Amino acid sequence: MERAEIESKLTDLLVDELGLERDKIAMDATFEEDLEVDSLGVVELLMALEDNFGVKIPDEEAEQIQTVGQAVDLVEQKLDS
Amino acid sequence: MIRPVLVTGGSRGIGRAIAVELAASGHPVAVNFASSAAAAADVVDTITAAGGEARAYQADVSDQDAVAGLFESAAADLGPVQVLVNNAGITRDDLLLRMGPEKWDAVINTNLRSVYLCTKAALRGMLRAKWGRIISVSSVSGISGNAGQANYAASKAGVIGFTKSVAREVGSRGITANVVAPGFIETDMTAALGNEAADAVVERITLGRLGSPQEVASAVGYLASEQASYITGQTIVVDGGLAL
Repeated sequence: MERAEIESKLTDLLVDELGLERDKIAMDATFEEDLEVDSLGVVELLMALEDNFGVKIPDEEAEQIQTVGQAVDLVEQKLDS
Repeated sequence: MIRPVLVTGGSRGIGRAIAVELAASGHPVAVNFASSAAAAADVVDTITAAGGEARAYQADVSDQDAVAGLFESAAADLGPVQVLVNNAGITRDDLLLRMGPEKWDAVINTNLRSVYLCTKAALRGMLRAKWGRIISVSSVSGISGNAGQANYAASKAGVIGFTKSVAREVGSRGITANVVAPGFIETDMTAALGNEAADAVVERITLGRLGSPQEVASAVGYLASEQASYITGQTIVVDGGLAL
């Protein structure tokens, strides 16, 4: 899967699942500060990523995710491996 | 609403009564058991004969892989668990000074580690549904303490603190977590006390008798219902007024 495709799917999930405004979503935006997603919201997003991309994200790796771009990186890395 | 239910330790005693109660409310029930296969099959038969839906699942709920398998099987058969009843529990009573680590670990693992593992496993589906009920069975021992039950009381007090924390974590997603703390209930667990000890206990109970598993199940049934939607992080003590 192309990186651009992952980015656009992730953006859709952020809009649909977490109710974020599409134009606020940038790759360097942090979930908790810039996007005001609470920590449980980040967990919910990662669950949605697992479901949508068919990948498994271990708790230890999930904890490291702070920005939208990092979430894309992680999905890309999981899809490659 | 039809809500798939999972009752851990659902084959006997209080767990059995809870499984039957929730099935009677129209919910499909996964009856978990550790070793009492025949008793679990009997619960399923009882529920099915009354027109309800139930299935039995063997799993050691203190084992992470077994818990993952349990939730997968239950979800495949009945749908993702929306009402979790953490009921599985054991006692290994002894005075603390004689209590070896194996008695401590066995009770903490079965009574408390299981609550952590099962609640974590159930939360995914509940977050997706934005609805869930987590009901854990504690004990008055966990509130008042009980000589000879340092391990059991610690596990049951742990369930209360755990529940309050989880209630705060997931409350914003329509999920509630509560505790039911029974006193002396007529089950195999209390039958092990013997008549003399039971008589001594009854004297301390305000209502002057032991409770029935059904009386505990009724409280669980209420907490699982839509009517209990504004109650979370609470402990309902069902002990006939023992710990006043």
